[in-house]
Amino acid sequence: MNQQQLLDELLKKHKDGTLKPSDRFNIPPQPMPQQDSVERRKNVNEVALGYTETQARLEALRCLQCKNAPCVEGCPVRIKIKEFITEIVEGNFQKALDIIRENSLLPAVCGRVCPQEVQCQLPCTVGKKFKDVEKSVSIGRLERFVSDWGRKQHDQSSPAVAAATGKKVAVIGSGPGGIVVATDVRRAGHDVTVFEAFHKTGGVMVYGIPEFRLPKAIVQEEIDTLEKMGVKIVRNFVVGRTKTIKQLIEEDGFDAVYVGVGAGLPMFMGIEGEHLVGVYSANEYLTRANLMRAYDFGKGADTPIAMSKRVAVVGGGNVAMDSARTAVRLGAEKVYLVYRRSEKEMPARVEEVHHAKEEGIEFHLLRNPKKIIGNAEGVVTAIECLKFELGEPDASGRRRPVPIEGSEFIIDVDTVVVAIGNGANPLIGQTTDGLTLNKWGNIIVDENCKTSLEGVYAGGDIVLGAATVILAMGQGRTAAAAINEYLKSK
Amino acid sequence: MSHKLLSKKQLCPNVYMTDIEAPLVAAAARPGQFVIVCLAGGYSERIPLTIAGADAKKGTIRLIWQAVGKSTVELGQLKVGDSVENILGPLGKPTHVEKFGTVVCIGGGIGNAPLLPIATAMKKAGNKVISILGARTRELLILEEDFKAVSDEIIIVTDDGSYGRKALVTGPLDEICQAAPKPGLAVAIGPAIMMKFCCATTKKYDVPTVVSLNTIMIDGTGMCGGCRVEVGGQTKFVCVDGPEFDGHLVNFDLMMKRMQAYKKQEAQALEEYKHKCKIGLDK
Repeated sequence: MNQQQLLDELLKKHKDGTLKPSDRFNIPPQPMPQQDSVERRKNVNEVALGYTETQARLEALRCLQCKNAPCVEGCPVRIKIKEFITEIVEGNFQKALDIIRENSLLPAVCGRVCPQEVQCQLPCTVGKKFKDVEKSVSIGRLERFVSDWGRKQHDQSSPAVAAATGKKVAVIGSGPGGIVVATDVRRAGHDVTVFEAFHKTGGVMVYGIPEFRLPKAIVQEEIDTLEKMGVKIVRNFVVGRTKTIKQLIEEDGFDAVYVGVGAGLPMFMGIEGEHLVGVYSANEYLTRANLMRAYDFGKGADTPIAMSKRVAVVGGGNVAMDSARTAVRLGAEKVYLVYRRSEKEMPARVEEVHHAKEEGIEFHLLRNPKKIIGNAEGVVTAIECLKFELGEPDASGRRRPVPIEGSEFIIDVDTVVVAIGNGANPLIGQTTDGLTLNKWGNIIVDENCKTSLEGVYAGGDIVLGAATVILAMGQGRTAAAAINEYLKSK
Repeated sequence: MSHKLLSKKQLCPNVYMTDIEAPLVAAAARPGQFVIVCLAGGYSERIPLTIAGADAKKGTIRLIWQAVGKSTVELGQLKVGDSVENILGPLGKPTHVEKFGTVVCIGGGIGNAPLLPIATAMKKAGNKVISILGARTRELLILEEDFKAVSDEIIIVTDDGSYGRKALVTGPLDEICQAAPKPGLAVAIGPAIMMKFCCATTKKYDVPTVVSLNTIMIDGTGMCGGCRVEVGGQTKFVCVDGPEFDGHLVNFDLMMKRMQAYKKQEAQALEEYKHKCKIGLDK
């Protein structure tokens, strides 16, 4: 029986009310169609291709429609998962999209980059039944299917905007959090201006997350929607330098400010050789490759990047995977991922780890660099690593990596990408009197994302430290609601 | 928003000066700060350039740059009335200006451009300003008249002796440091090698020395870390911690190596650009 026949049969049972849970359990989890792993090493096009209608409806039929919907609890923005999946089963994709949009403003983004396996899909009853989170209902893929369907309909509608209130709101940063705040605050009728330091909008979604995981065109559509709603977007404006928050409030008359500037200060390991030519922070490597399109250097793009043959990427998160997979696409013959714990502790998404392996990236687990070695010209030639073993759990609950003495070994490389996280960018803190920061420089906020300054709110990585797109969006929603409430009384 | 070129002047071979519309930057700019220029919105390079002057009333900033790579050559091809699409700034921490007594300002080549607003501010703060301006040869010396206007004393040196003293900037710098009272501050801006030797000179006399670093940079807001340098054994980012640092603590050798990172690719890009555009580069 082919997929279509299976679907027809299941839908029939569904209609006459004879579809039993056992029938649902028997539906095979639908795999994500993807670009061939050999072919995709040579291009930057999206790897995951998205479900067909048949696949989406089959996957949706796997959902048990649990009364308590544990999946919703696992979603930072509480999407009505059960309801939107029901509409997919029925083939009502527009309705499904509308339901998602009640809670998530960026479904095409979240459907691609959310870590669903540790959020909505973790508590899924289907996954629990099979004792395997990978067998949970693929909520993320369904979300992506619905949003892509909407885009294919050339759905140009943008959220309705209430009558003008005469209040002005400044949103600093055009990343996921900033987009959410701008949308929600604009909907309430306020005059919104988004300030972006780069010449391109989208924040981490355009400089950090590669095209092969999140196409730029999708992010651009979200920005276009904002502009259609009447949100003003000012590029090349760095708050703290071009103007301070105080100036925005006192001179330009903004009634409220949202700070969503991201984390933005790369961490290094503090080991010998980190200043050698060929050592990059992941931010620099990805910015050159993504935002400045260095893979087209000399063919329309002017920003160069190392033309590496052998690359070591240090770290185990999504950014490390993105860097390693970018190196492959830039033509590296050998790419090594060096991570100090085991695969089990890796913070990267399982799917991305899997993609990375398919693309030939070699994993050096329980290994960590000790020093970086260079030649007389100051260019990287190798990386010296130490082997590790796992000890007792540390404060993070993960087993602590302990170095094995005398286990040094050398990998010959010409490029090293350091992807071990970001600290807080100091600029806003340094230039905003009265803004309370924690000892790491992150902005301190209350449960409404309000900072220590009247009318100033903050969220996303500058508050949380390096987190995810969806968490930034969740905070954006909270902050926007608080700003709208605050402006009512002002 | 695009930024129109209101004037343009060639100061010497490959060095251009332009006043350009950038009201927001002009209003906020202080001596020592820089901007990032990006010619067009597409996939042009982001070029860090120091601000050589700003007029808040007119809403203009003055940029002076040397056409060395593809992007700066392309910038040099623009005419009055043309625009660049993106200017971000002002970036970096402003120069710390106070009364130090005597301030020696040492400029080398294109380094005179960012040095001028600093020398002007130092003079205004009541300092005695001694300027030492160096160039390889006479025709490469820029902004001499402007420095005369803000300096109590000015010393010109050329490598080949075609103008002023035949010496390196460190020659007169050494003499000034020996004189009593010794300078309260030295500010050196120019090629890395020049700054390195200026610092070696002033260190002998314990004269505090500020240098302004012009490393490879992308975003200019602290995000990429590409501009990092080692200062006093610590990693610092030129864009947010600088661009000015205590010159006696900067690891210049490491910095010079890092600045060579893309030499080959830059040469290739320039060659292709010259070929494609058939531009008459001034020799």
